[in-house]
Amino acid sequence: MPTSTACRDADVAESLADAVRRASETHTPLRIVGGDSKRFYGRPSTDDVLSVANHRGVIAYEPTELVITARAGTPIVDIEALLATRGQMLAFEPPVFGPTSTIGGVVATGLSGPRRPFAGAVRDFVLGVTVLDAQGRSLRLGGTVVKNVAGFDGFRLMAGALGCLGVLLDVSLRVVPKPRAERALSLQLDTSASATLLTGLVRRPLPVSGAFHDGARLNLRLSGADAAVAQAAREIGGEDAPLGPWDDLRHMRLPLLSAPRLWRLAVPRTAGDLTLEGRWLHDWAGAQRWLVTDELADQVRAVAVAVGGHATLFRGAGPDEAVFTSLPPPLLALHQRLKAAFDPAGIINPGRMYKEL
Amino acid sequence: MLDRFDPALDPTFVAPDRTRLIARLKAALPNDGLLTTPEAMKVYESDGLAAYRGMPGLVALPRKTAEVRAVLMICADMGVPVVARGAGTGLSGGALPFPGCVLLSLSRFNQILGVDPDAMTARVQPGVRNLAISEAAAPFGLFYAPDPSSQLACSIGGNVAENAGGVHCLKYGLTVHNLQSVELVTLDGEIITLGGPAPDAPGFDLMALITGSEGLLGVITEVTVKLLPQPVHARVLLAAFASVRAGGEAVAALIAAGIIPAGLEMMDNLALTAAEAHVHAGYPTDAAAILLCELDGATADIDEEMARVISVCEAAGATQTRVACDEAERAQFWAGRKGAFPAMGRLAPDYYCIDGTIPRRRLADVLEEIARLSREHGLPVANVFHAGDGNLHPLILYDARVDGQMEQAETLGGAILELCVAVGGSITGEHGVGREKINQMCAQFGTPEIEIFAAIKAAFDPAGLLNPGKAIPTLARCAEFGAMHVHKGAVPFAHLDRL
Repeated sequence: MPTSTACRDADVAESLADAVRRASETHTPLRIVGGDSKRFYGRPSTDDVLSVANHRGVIAYEPTELVITARAGTPIVDIEALLATRGQMLAFEPPVFGPTSTIGGVVATGLSGPRRPFAGAVRDFVLGVTVLDAQGRSLRLGGTVVKNVAGFDGFRLMAGALGCLGVLLDVSLRVVPKPRAERALSLQLDTSASATLLTGLVRRPLPVSGAFHDGARLNLRLSGADAAVAQAAREIGGEDAPLGPWDDLRHMRLPLLSAPRLWRLAVPRTAGDLTLEGRWLHDWAGAQRWLVTDELADQVRAVAVAVGGHATLFRGAGPDEAVFTSLPPPLLALHQRLKAAFDPAGIINPGRMYKEL
Repeated sequence: MLDRFDPALDPTFVAPDRTRLIARLKAALPNDGLLTTPEAMKVYESDGLAAYRGMPGLVALPRKTAEVRAVLMICADMGVPVVARGAGTGLSGGALPFPGCVLLSLSRFNQILGVDPDAMTARVQPGVRNLAISEAAAPFGLFYAPDPSSQLACSIGGNVAENAGGVHCLKYGLTVHNLQSVELVTLDGEIITLGGPAPDAPGFDLMALITGSEGLLGVITEVTVKLLPQPVHARVLLAAFASVRAGGEAVAALIAAGIIPAGLEMMDNLALTAAEAHVHAGYPTDAAAILLCELDGATADIDEEMARVISVCEAAGATQTRVACDEAERAQFWAGRKGAFPAMGRLAPDYYCIDGTIPRRRLADVLEEIARLSREHGLPVANVFHAGDGNLHPLILYDARVDGQMEQAETLGGAILELCVAVGGSITGEHGVGREKINQMCAQFGTPEIEIFAAIKAAFDPAGLLNPGKAIPTLARCAEFGAMHVHKGAVPFAHLDRL
């Protein structure tokens, strides 16, 4: 990953709050932008830009607490580089689409990488946030300690909310030690044989930290203590493989994942092969499936929903096309009431997730 | 005492026509599904925080989701407060009846609906006991990780409502990290599924919001939990220290060394000597503090890691390190820790368990400050706690028969919680706010946060009928409580560094 051309750290929370207040008063919708590297994700917006990129800098990093707190505009590459100096990392391995990508954008989009089924998602590692509501009030939700059950978990709600509930000012994330050993394996198996093997593997306490099928082979990653990784590799078999493709998978640089129109299907890991024509890549041991297809959107969604999952038009949605699978009416109504609790005027990233939100 | 609800500081409701309420609820529930007499309702007067008591208006005992829905819709229609209750083991008074409420007991929702070993999930009703899930999963080599110390008795619905933790959450997370989906009935009678069998359900992460919401947003009628493979082996180390500070520093050093134990528990001398006398765990009673550090995983992993744990503890000044030689000794080490609470009975007739969390690096400072507060308030405090995640459980020893000691214990407990907030921690790590810590919420959060919590609640429950007077204080209460605690403009614990 290239390193960012770092500007100076700065706290511009006050001016962001002023801008939000003004927008509320004038009913001017805002599009919140960090590095704008994930502009393709979510429903397109032409609203006025509120940039948080200048609100940047690590506020606190205490390795013995396994917690880092940083302003929302801090580049994610800077954060990961800092963590690496102390042998730590973000366990959810967010995809990074460029050097400008910010920690605020990572939390707001809630996208997690290959380790997600084995370590957890973004929301599992958010300990606290400071967020501006539409009145420009700064709300401190959660904290910096691992266990904290005081008040509603509004901070976890921000992970994946696509900025629709407020403007993230800073986030506190739980970090984890880097594994001492890491090793990749590759096995010549089709998707169906892979699924059978994986069902057995994940039920055992093995140090598996990634499992994807690239259409031809099953690729496994093992992470942990040296002895445990070596022992698991012996048991599983297959061929040793380079770790490089795991980075390409994480940052979505594999050819299939760069397609201009790309579907992401989240389904039960045990769902089996789905009846949609196209090119597939199965990640997350089968729970996240990337698809490039000519099938109609309704058909893709229907197939995903039929097995208990959902489908996101991850990249390439047309101006009036739905991106996310729609919510049942009572759940949508609840979303609208929650949105109104934070943003009664509907000026913060309106329509980015759902047209009605 | 906080078990008295105050019309000036807590929500108030107009009393309904009781005869009509009973008639409507009777029609919606099975024959034995409604309790109306004080004798029958007595057991519902309090939860695990037994010092707080109050009589509900009625007790509803539904068996089906449709009955829960009917009860909620009747209460919404007649403006009657509803307090949901699981097994009643909670330690913060979360299930304490609100005057005139319908207490909605989920105890009859006690079925395990299925274990899916391939998907590694268990679908259960909310009244199922925590430990029963692991027992049902054991034949498949799986277990449910969150293990609050009440796991024999506490129910999964209550665990979700409180976001329960346990000894192993440093490695395996809290309840919120181990759920797949939750079925919730809202006050307006909608039955909603949050989460689902596929990851990252579309929309906002409402399952995370519901977890730990203490019965303020809806009533949980079904839970699907994630199961994990049972670890092949577990070994536990006992390390003794000549000072509490050295023990606290060992905890920080272990984490800094990249070690995430399955459990990392600390006991101070008062706690460990009482536990030793109670269960003969083999603890060194001359130690100022002991650490129990459990590692689990593959055998090869544990051996490699345990050697590092021992060397870190020795570098931090451990006077003794002992790895349990077999399963029997391991069980014995843990028996002392698990028996520490009951062992307090040897020291005093009553104890009051506090639940604050702090940044790990402040452990030694905070324990010294607690000792000072203990002297100042004239009540002994024993410390037994989840050191790995900074979750303290100071046990305040008192005698309820002595006039005023209960109130004194409450005051000391409040001071300890404010200390936790002052060093950057939280007033509750796993027991919940409930009724008990309703005032301390005003120390941890300011007016804008309290207002947004109230707005979140109103999005689910506009009339404020679900578990009123708990978890989220009214602004009136915070105005009153704030006035009491900002003494002559002085910040509490001004002599301590803040975060």
